[in-house]
Amino acid sequence: MAGGFRVLPLLILCSLFQGILGEEHQPNRPTERISGSAGDVLEDDPVGRLKVFVYELPSKYNKKILQKDPRCLNHMFAAEIYMHRFLLSSAVRTSNPEEADWFYTPVYTTCDLTPNGLPLPFKSPRMMRSAIELISTTWPYWNRTEGADHFFITPHDFGACFHYQEEKAIERGILHLLKRATLVQTFGQRNHVCLKDGSIVIPPYAPPQKMQAHLIPPDTPRSIFVYFRGLFYDVGNDPEGGYYARGARASVWENFKNNPLFDISTEHPTTYYEDMQRAVFCLCPLGWAPWSPRLVEAVVFGCIPVVIADDIVLPFADAIPWEEIGVFVAEEDVPKLDTILTSIPIEVILRKQRLLANPSMKQAMLFPQPAQSRDAFHQILNGLARKLPHEESVYLKSGQKILNWTAGPKGDLKPW
Amino acid sequence: MKQSAVQQSNRRAYPRSSAGDGGGVAAPADGSVFKSPGVIFWPAFHVLCCLVSAAAGFRFSRLLFLLLFSPLAPSSSSSFPRQHLRLPLVRQQPATALPSLLPPPAVLPPPPPPNSKSLASSRVVVGRHGIRVRPWPHPDPAEVARAHEILARVQQEQRLQYGVKDPRPILVVTPTYARTFQALHLTGLLHSLMLVPHPLTWLVVEAGGLSNETSAILSSSLVPVLQLPFREQMPVVWSDRHRLEARMRLYALRVIRERRLDGIVLFADDSNVHTMELFDEIQKVEWMGAVSVGILAHSAAPETPSRKQQREGDKENSHLPIQGPACNSSGHLIGWHTFNTLPYAKKAAIFVGEGVIVLPSKLEWSGFVINSRLLWKEAEGKPNWVRDLDDVGINGEEIESPLDLLKDATLVEPLGNCGKKVMLWWLRAEARYDSKFPTRWVIDPRLEIIVPAKRTPWPEAPPDLVFQQMADDEEHTREHVSKKSKSSRSKNSYRKKKKREANVNTQVSDLSIADVK
Repeated sequence: MAGGFRVLPLLILCSLFQGILGEEHQPNRPTERISGSAGDVLEDDPVGRLKVFVYELPSKYNKKILQKDPRCLNHMFAAEIYMHRFLLSSAVRTSNPEEADWFYTPVYTTCDLTPNGLPLPFKSPRMMRSAIELISTTWPYWNRTEGADHFFITPHDFGACFHYQEEKAIERGILHLLKRATLVQTFGQRNHVCLKDGSIVIPPYAPPQKMQAHLIPPDTPRSIFVYFRGLFYDVGNDPEGGYYARGARASVWENFKNNPLFDISTEHPTTYYEDMQRAVFCLCPLGWAPWSPRLVEAVVFGCIPVVIADDIVLPFADAIPWEEIGVFVAEEDVPKLDTILTSIPIEVILRKQRLLANPSMKQAMLFPQPAQSRDAFHQILNGLARKLPHEESVYLKSGQKILNWTAGPKGDLKPW
Repeated sequence: MKQSAVQQSNRRAYPRSSAGDGGGVAAPADGSVFKSPGVIFWPAFHVLCCLVSAAAGFRFSRLLFLLLFSPLAPSSSSSFPRQHLRLPLVRQQPATALPSLLPPPAVLPPPPPPNSKSLASSRVVVGRHGIRVRPWPHPDPAEVARAHEILARVQQEQRLQYGVKDPRPILVVTPTYARTFQALHLTGLLHSLMLVPHPLTWLVVEAGGLSNETSAILSSSLVPVLQLPFREQMPVVWSDRHRLEARMRLYALRVIRERRLDGIVLFADDSNVHTMELFDEIQKVEWMGAVSVGILAHSAAPETPSRKQQREGDKENSHLPIQGPACNSSGHLIGWHTFNTLPYAKKAAIFVGEGVIVLPSKLEWSGFVINSRLLWKEAEGKPNWVRDLDDVGINGEEIESPLDLLKDATLVEPLGNCGKKVMLWWLRAEARYDSKFPTRWVIDPRLEIIVPAKRTPWPEAPPDLVFQQMADDEEHTREHVSKKSKSSRSKNSYRKKKKREANVNTQVSDLSIADVK
């Protein structure tokens, strides 16, 4: 009997330990917990941690633009539209602006498309400026902090620099009026004009249903070593080469076109998604901008992303430990890419695959409709919640003005 | 992804011209030197460059400045490693509208930034970069080997995660005998079994006792082999042969029962073809399972006239005949698909080695898998709808298919998505029963008769063969020229002709030499 009494607390302790250690000890789950520099935050629930007030702008800023061109819902900049829709019906939304922590302005700046489907950014600064003028005159909350507790979604190539060409974007810089606001953008590069401190980097939009439709059974053996489909030379805009992708993509082609381990080409196969699921490494080199939907696709399909973009800032970098999940190759090391990839120890590769298999990792990269828990929408809110509470200094004293409303190129000042 | 690629590629196709920039890169401070004459000169030059670019179809100004200012030889992007042609990143003064300038040659120091606003901390710069190519852009074999090791390990991990958990061992029963095609069939089966990722034991029952040929083939096996000799010789008539094979398989089952071997019994005939998925699928069997077998009965048959008519007339009939379980819509076994042998009964082979089709029996053994515990005398949970193995096959009872081992054939489990998936094929292809082959397929001693190949110049050719050679040369030179061997041959023949002084041939060989030259 006495022995039995001693065994009981031991059993309780053992079961507690099992509970704490969690998923890693279940033999059926081939995944690992993901914790970034901010901690184990991918699974946080933002509801209850912040309140967001959505400004009601006239439909010329959002609905009318979308009606004019519904292609905006499918391209890789569609996050701005889906975020608006998500926030309208989300539990974090509040209709009382006095208790709001963050203010959201729904203006679709990336929806002016060419016949080919590419967004033209020339009117975007004026559109944004017009929206800000409107909210600053209609509501007092902009002037209270000059935008420091407002956030904007600017998913274009170089974020709020509003240009597709890097030199022009750098020359313009971030729109002056957004100087104090938080920007949620896809572009991220360290020490770059177009990424300001405190921005939240998000993944580009990739259609979740389309990717789900192309899943193949997970026991299909991964027999492709390195996979890439895309351009190496942009003959239309950079015929001599060396400009596009800073020469990195051309270098990949010239060095590895004869290498049977590298399945790289410029074709557009219909089995693109299926092939990614049969590959161990997927190259994600920079193009004209360092980010691309390839990263999202690689993560969803369990292919280890090989990121070739110097100083890139990847989505949710404080929540996702990208160094442990992907392989980073400096642009100058591209000729040695095969040596680098084959010399990675096998345990490291298996660990990366386990981290990628974690469903919360895949969820965090997607924008499903309707929104699901732990998806990219929630990670954005988590990121905003982590920036709270606002410091006292963001609240301006009466009469204090920081922004210069006439700064920037003259063309931006024209009303939209 | 198409969209993104198109976007990435075409994103600046249209607005380049609208931006009004011939080359579009910020100019370094060199621009300040040229300010006074530059007011007139540079815009005019810019216009000229634009016109030439429009005519030439590419950005001519870049090429021009590359030629003018760069000390390096102008070359296209690839083929040897280059230095960076780096353009320092500076904030452009809005007033200047200078055309593109490639950086000054490497001799001069890079120009200092005009404003203090430049981003000194940025390592990554915008502009043209060299395309780095290493001197030997080909794969290194050691790295390729490592990559394959990585792939093998990743696939093994995938199998562990998503494949069959706790695979049961497989007992493969194969009846065989020494004949011409045995090496062909048995080696194929051997390699298939070596690829199976589950533990395997191979029971090879051999008619006519153990032979050296079989042992030689099986000696290179990496899977454990149990060779069981069987006293009788394999008959020549197909129907007798089927019966003997059934008896041989029964013998193997008895051995399994005596030694209490554990696993799943699979009947693999040596000439059948198996897929790897079969070995994963049979792990699902509980007691006795059935899979669909594709019958490749027509493979040995020449085109018979009736078959041609059949193909022309009715295309749907040329489906592969399949033997296997038949299920109703809820997935329960209701019957068996068998091969209708009546249309071919007259043309079927009777003796081994005839050149006509070989017909399978009604239900082939290879379509069934049995849990070995069914065969044991005593086993936990052994169902009662199985006959005891000792009672089977005695008193001349003929066992045609494993269903005869059961009292109740309806309890067989259909595998492979209820028989819809065909994972193995039945095939019988044999040489004539009295055909000879070199023992162990080794030609030793060497063959005795040596005949020269037709086109090889033979140095010590006997005299009568030289005439044959000359005749060949004539043909060749008339056909076409410019092959060195032919010229040498014609020279040979030319020399020989010289000795013989045959006019016609000399002319021909002259022609050939002239043509070659």
